[in-house]
Amino acid sequence: MSVPLLLEPRTRDTTDALAARLSARIARLLRRSLHIRHLDAGSCNGCDWEIQTLLGPVYDIQRLGIDIVASPRHADMLLVTGSVTRNLERAARATYEAMPQPGLVVAVGACACGGGVLHGSYCTAGGVNNVLPVDVYIPGCPPRPHALLHGLLVALDRLDPRIAAANVTVDVPQP
Amino acid sequence: MSHAIDGHHDGELERRMSNETRFAVAPDTLPNACLAVVEHLNARLALMVGEDERASSGMFRLSYTFAVAQGQWLTLETLIDPAEPAFPSVTPLVPAAHWYEREVQDMFGLTAVGHPDPRRLVHHDDWPDGLHPLRKDFDPSLPVPRVDRPAETFHTLHGEGFVEIPVGPIHAGVIEPGHFRFAAVGEAVFDLQPRLFYTHRGIEKLAEGKTPAQVLQLAERVCGACSCSHGVSYSQAVETLAGIEVPPRAAAVRTLYLELERLYNHLGDLGNICAGVSFAAGASFGAQLKEAVQRLNERVAGNRFLHGVNQIGGVRRDPSASDLHDIAATTTHIATEFRSFIEMMLSSDTVLERLKTTGFLPAATARALGAVGVAARASGVDVDSRRDHPHAGYPALPMPTPVVVRSEGDVYARVLVRSDEILATLAMIRAVLDTLPDGPAAVSPGRVPGGRAAFAVSESPRGENIHFVRTAPDGTIERYRVRSASYPNWPAVAACVPGNMVPDFPVINKSFELCYACLDR
Ligand code: SF4
Repeated sequence: MSVPLLLEPRTRDTTDALAARLSARIARLLRRSLHIRHLDAGSCNGCDWEIQTLLGPVYDIQRLGIDIVASPRHADMLLVTGSVTRNLERAARATYEAMPQPGLVVAVGACACGGGVLHGSYCTAGGVNNVLPVDVYIPGCPPRPHALLHGLLVALDRLDPRIAAANVTVDVPQP
Repeated sequence: MSHAIDGHHDGELERRMSNETRFAVAPDTLPNACLAVVEHLNARLALMVGEDERASSGMFRLSYTFAVAQGQWLTLETLIDPAEPAFPSVTPLVPAAHWYEREVQDMFGLTAVGHPDPRRLVHHDDWPDGLHPLRKDFDPSLPVPRVDRPAETFHTLHGEGFVEIPVGPIHAGVIEPGHFRFAAVGEAVFDLQPRLFYTHRGIEKLAEGKTPAQVLQLAERVCGACSCSHGVSYSQAVETLAGIEVPPRAAAVRTLYLELERLYNHLGDLGNICAGVSFAAGASFGAQLKEAVQRLNERVAGNRFLHGVNQIGGVRRDPSASDLHDIAATTTHIATEFRSFIEMMLSSDTVLERLKTTGFLPAATARALGAVGVAARASGVDVDSRRDHPHAGYPALPMPTPVVVRSEGDVYARVLVRSDEILATLAMIRAVLDTLPDGPAAVSPGRVPGGRAAFAVSESPRGENIHFVRTAPDGTIERYRVRSASYPNWPAVAACVPGNMVPDFPVINKSFELCYACLDR
């Protein structure tokens, strides 16, 4: 069985370069793993499919030490899509509360960044930062998988001072 | 056609579309008139639209639209006096009306008298009583308070050994939000109640007062995964209002994009079904092929989800000769890969074991609920709007749309329908490429006339998407109603889960692959 070669050389280089930087930073900051909880706060599912794509065989972020975990209690980061609908606001807050601190909130897509096309609706909050404190905004409708990887990298930079300020000591043996 | 409902109506109304017959019906006779249409014309309830016309006619309007044979629609319309905001529920006679009527209760404050399950649908428990967003006097700029109302959302089952398993709205994987309550004894599910509409974004209200071109952006974002189909349905509805026909090339390119959308969805769905039964190799294969089509989408149309390909009057992205070559080469490659993928998937006994007889949806249930798309076709219901309500470039293709129907009604049948449809889609893409007419890819719609209504369909990967549009006298949007394929199909999921084990729910759900965003709007 042959498997289609999906990455043209140009994108393969970009992906590999991004991936190498990401995994180096994760190793330094988080002792080799970044755990993410995805939170659909009222998206059209476009942004979410791109996040799912990162987990698939082509980008395979698990090889970099990144995983989507089942519970916010295990997460270092929330990846939030959608403009936060009225019917999800409580669940969004509860998910955030359940994440241990210091944790990161990343808004994914135009809707999450500022309401997007849903601006003025009676039942959306008009963006994640109206409900949760956002660290990094990844624009796009939806952002391409590369943009998501880049956004994760930027978000990790926010973690350094946060860990210092929280004065947490991570007691894990060095590799 | 009218003989079928003789004695039930108050006369035929003026036509608004060439393929639709409309009758005025008094509220009292509405349920029997609907039943007569369903029984005598073998029709399917396809759409129900509520409208607040108090400013013009002083009334609320309810329109029940049925798909009757040979590409024809039949609509029964009734006017409701605001002094008595209620109407006799059609649901006891025509079960497919159940969600439409609950939605009209929430959005317009019109009570469906005699509805067997009149609970809230769109609004959740903390939405205030007496506030109805699609009424014209609802001011969307005012904040809506959260109120402490008694929870009314779930029935409970009692008895020895029953456990209630609540799941969601936030799930463990990367999926959309919805809440499911299972009542189970051991592993066996006795009852499943979904609570949805978590991603309700108020898109229909948001459209009001905007220009037809502005609303196209909303239409494409009803759902990421069937964006192109929503864009086509909406554009066609406005084109019907404006009385224009898109050029032959635009129609053909729309078909091309619709089939590319079907292709990446169906490939991804088959991969996800593999994931649902823990068949990792198949899941990866499906995801790779889906990614290959999404990259093709981006190269050809500028967006991995085909956002922005449509415009009113045609298409914005007219593929160049090299784009067409790219489509031909990539899909040829995918055809080869797909054959090895499906062969691998269907030669695994452990996979087949999980798929066969799981999530059985009887044909009668599918019909009663008005199911559409893959879900209906896998349960022996022969519907496909590409053939039944010709649109885009399908009528001009040299081949009739191959409609894949199977009778088993289980997850396995839904897999086989998708797999055969992928082959048909590849053949149709090839046919479009071979016969693509030259010429312009769009015409100007001119000024869209005010005070008119029309609706249009397209067949998304999930089935028929219907968009209804009424313009205000100044040509802006007065009422917008999106009835996605997921709308009639969601209740079918709930109906077919009892009798299965709890761990089979994910694969059953994936085999329907319905959108929450499409439903919730
Ligand atoms: S940003 Fe675009 S793709 Fe993402 S949820 Fe919003 S409309 Fe959908």
